Amino acid sequence: MTTATDTIADVHDHGDDHHDHKMTGIKRWILTTNHKDIGTLYLWFSFIMLLTGGAMAMVIRAELFQPGLQIVEPDFFNQMTTVHGLIMVFGAIMPAFTGLANWMLPMMIGAPDMALPRLNNWSFWILPFAFGILLSSLFMEGGGPNFGWTFYAPLSTTYSNGSTAFFVFAVHIMGISSIMGAINIVVTIMNLRAPGMTYMKMPLFVWTFFITAYLLIAVMPVLAGTVTMVLTDTYFGTSFFDAAGGGDPVMFQHIFWFFGHPEVYIMILPAFGIVSTTIPAFTRKKLFGYSSMVYATSSIAFLSFIVWAHHMFTTGMPLAGELFFMYCTMLIAVPTGVKVFNWVATMWQGSMTFETPMLFSIAFVILFTIGGFSGLMLAMTPVDFQYHDTYFVVAHFHYVLVTGSLFSIYAAAYYWLPKWTGNMYSEKLGKFHFWCSLISVNILFFPMHFLGLAGMPRRIPDYALQFADFNKWVSIGGFLFGLSQLIFLYVVIKCIKSGEKAPAKPWDGAEGLEWTVPSPAPYHTFSTPPKVD
Amino acid sequence: MTSKSTTTNEYENYYVPAQSHWPIVGAIALFLIAVGAGNYVANIDTDEGIGGWVLIAGIVMIIWMVVGWFGNVIDESMEGRYSKQMDASFRQGMSWFIFSEVMFFAAFFGALLYARVFSVPWLGGDGNNLETFQVLWPEFQAAWPLTKTPDGTTTEAMGWGGLPLYNTIILLASSVTAHFAHVALEQNNRGALKAWLGLTILLGLGFLVLQVEEYIHAYSAMGLTLASGIYGNTFYMLTGFHGMHVTLGTIMLIVMFFRVLKGHFSPDNHFAFQAASWYWHFVDVVWVLLFFFVYVL
Repeated sequence: MTTATDTIADVHDHGDDHHDHKMTGIKRWILTTNHKDIGTLYLWFSFIMLLTGGAMAMVIRAELFQPGLQIVEPDFFNQMTTVHGLIMVFGAIMPAFTGLANWMLPMMIGAPDMALPRLNNWSFWILPFAFGILLSSLFMEGGGPNFGWTFYAPLSTTYSNGSTAFFVFAVHIMGISSIMGAINIVVTIMNLRAPGMTYMKMPLFVWTFFITAYLLIAVMPVLAGTVTMVLTDTYFGTSFFDAAGGGDPVMFQHIFWFFGHPEVYIMILPAFGIVSTTIPAFTRKKLFGYSSMVYATSSIAFLSFIVWAHHMFTTGMPLAGELFFMYCTMLIAVPTGVKVFNWVATMWQGSMTFETPMLFSIAFVILFTIGGFSGLMLAMTPVDFQYHDTYFVVAHFHYVLVTGSLFSIYAAAYYWLPKWTGNMYSEKLGKFHFWCSLISVNILFFPMHFLGLAGMPRRIPDYALQFADFNKWVSIGGFLFGLSQLIFLYVVIKCIKSGEKAPAKPWDGAEGLEWTVPSPAPYHTFSTPPKVD
Repeated sequence: MTSKSTTTNEYENYYVPAQSHWPIVGAIALFLIAVGAGNYVANIDTDEGIGGWVLIAGIVMIIWMVVGWFGNVIDESMEGRYSKQMDASFRQGMSWFIFSEVMFFAAFFGALLYARVFSVPWLGGDGNNLETFQVLWPEFQAAWPLTKTPDGTTTEAMGWGGLPLYNTIILLASSVTAHFAHVALEQNNRGALKAWLGLTILLGLGFLVLQVEEYIHAYSAMGLTLASGIYGNTFYMLTGFHGMHVTLGTIMLIVMFFRVLKGHFSPDNHFAFQAASWYWHFVDVVWVLLFFFVYVL
C-alpha cells in the first residue's frame, strides 16, 4: 500500500537547519536532547530487554517442558520468574510505550520537541543503569531476587537473599525514570499543542498517553514507598509487614496493589491509543465514537484506583471489602466494552486492507478481549478462590500483556517504521512475523487456561503428571514465539539498511500531523507550530 | 526575555537546548548511589565493603550535576532565551513533581492509617480475629500509640506538646513569611524580599535543629527508635522523610536567597523562586498532617 503520497510534506521541512548540529557516533546518543533520538533509544532498549526477559522465559519453559526437576535449581527458577516479570514490565513494555510517546507525541501535536528535553535524556539514561544493577544481582552471592515480581512480604523481607537492597534501589531508579518521563509527557501535551488543537481534537493516541502519564505520576511514588518499607523491614529492623511488631504482611499487598493495578493499566491504555490510530487508518474511516473513547479511557483510569484488592480475594478480607472490589472490577468491563465496540464499529463497512500493522491490531482486538473475559472470570470473588495463583492467572495476564500490549507495540512499530527510518519494511516478512507470532502465542498461552482450571499452581518448577501434555505444548509454543521475535529484529534491520524509500504518507487512510512531514522525519520538526483547525 | 507583539510569539520561541552532558553525569551519579547504598546496606552488619564510599562519591557527583545543570538553566533564563510557554512548562513540571511527592507520602500515611485502623486492632482480636489473637499473642493489648508490640518490644510514645508543637508553630510561621517574601518580590520590594526570605530560611533551620534534638531525646531518653515496632516505624519514616524534604526545601530557599542578592528575579519572571516557595508550602502542609496523625491523634 505504498501508493499515497502527500504534498504537504515539503512545506514543513524548511527552517529547521539552524540548530541541526547533531553530533556523530556514540556522543550523539549520550548527550542528545532530541525527542526522536531519545525515542529511538527507548525503543531499542526495550527490544533488548524483551529479548533478555524472553530468554528467561525460555529457561522457565525449558524447565517446565517435562515434569520433574531437570535443568535448573528451584531457587534459580524463582529468580527467573521474578526477573522475567520485572524486566518485561519495567524494561520492555513501559519503555517501549515511552519510546513511542517520545517519537510521536511532539509530531502529533505539532510541538518542536518534548517540553523538558534534558530531563527527557536523563529519564532514559538512568534506565540502563537500573537494569544493569538488577541483572547483575543475578550473579551475586545468593542470587538475584527470587520472590516474584510482586515481591510479597515476607518473601522479600524475612526470607529474602542478600541482593534485596540492589533490587530496591534498582526499582527506585526505574521509578524516577517513569515519573520524570510522565511529567514530561503531561507538560508537553498540556503546554505544547499547536494553536487550534484543543483537547478534544487531540489524536486518541495522545489522549491515552496523557491519561497514562497521570497514572504514572500518581502510583510510581507509591511503589517507591513500598520498596522503601521492604528495605527498612529487611535491613533496619522495622516491622511494617511483620505482625510481631504490630504491622501486617497483608498491608504489603494493599500498598503494592494500590500501585500495581493502575500499573497494569499503564501498560494497556497506550495500547488502546495505538489501535485507535491504526484501525481507522487501514479501515479508511474515522474512529467511531471518539469522545466516548476519551471518556471510556478516563473512566478506566479512575476505576483502576479502586479495584486493587481483587488481587487479594483469597488473602483474607472482610466480606464487604470482597463485594466492593468485585463489583468495582466488573464495572471496568463497561468502558472496556465501549472501546471494543468502537473498534469493531470502526471496522464495520470500512474499506479494509490487511497490512502488518492492521493484522496486529485486529489480533489485538480479539485476543485482548479474550484476556479481558478471563479477567472478568477472575473478578468474581467466589470463583477466584479456584483460579487464584494458578496458570489461569498466568494465561489471563499474558493475553492482555503479550497479545495486548506487545502486539499493539508491534502494530505501532510497523505503522511508523516508514516515518522513523524513511524506508518501507518488507510486507512479506512483516506478515510472516505476524502469523508466526499469532499461531505460536496461542499455542503458548491458550492451554494455560486449562492447566489453571485443572489446578496447576504458578511459579512452581515441577508439576503433577497429568499436566505434562499441555505443558509440553505450551513450551513448544513458547520456543516458537521466542524465535518468531527474531524475525522482527531482522525486519527492522533490513528496513533500515535496504528498505524501499517510503513516501511522506505511506498509508492512504492515515491521519495526523506526523504524516505531513517527510519520511524519515527531519531531525527537528515543527520549530514553528502548524495551524490546526 | 524578549517579547514581540505578534500573537504567535509565544509559540515561536520555545527553547530546545542543544546537547547536554549533565543528564549522563546524573545517570552515573544515580548508579553510584544505588550501587553504593545497596552495597552499604547489604553489609550493614559487618561494616565491610566500600559501599559507603561509592555512595558518597555518587552524592558528590549528583550535587555537581545539580549545580551544573541548574547553572545552565539559570544562565539561559538570564540570557532571555525562555518564552512564557517555557515558563509554563517549568511551572507545570514542578506542580506535577510536587504531586508525585504527595503520593510518596501517601504511601507512608496509608501504612500508618492501616496499622492504626486495621492491623493493630486485628492483632488484639478485633473483627473475626479472636482466635488468631488467642493463639498467637494472648498478652497483647491493642492500643495506639503502640508502646508494647506483640513480641514484647516496649517504647514510649512521643507527646505532641513541647518540641513538636514549637516545630508546628515554626513551620506554619515560615510558610507565612515565605508568602510575604513572594508578595514583596511581586511588588519589587527587594529589601523586604531579602528580609522575609532570610527569616524563612532561619525558621527552616530552626525546625531542623529542633527535630534533631527531638530525635536525640527519643533515642537516648525514651527508647523510641526506628525498630520500636509499627509506632516507631511510622513515626521515624514519616518525620524522617519529611525532615529530608525540609532540608531540601531549605537548600532551595538558600539558593534563592543568593540569587536574590545577585539581583535575579523580576516581579513577572521568577519561576525558580515560585517553585521553591511551592515546595516549602508543600512540606508545611505535610507537616500539619503529620502533626495531627502522628503526634496528636
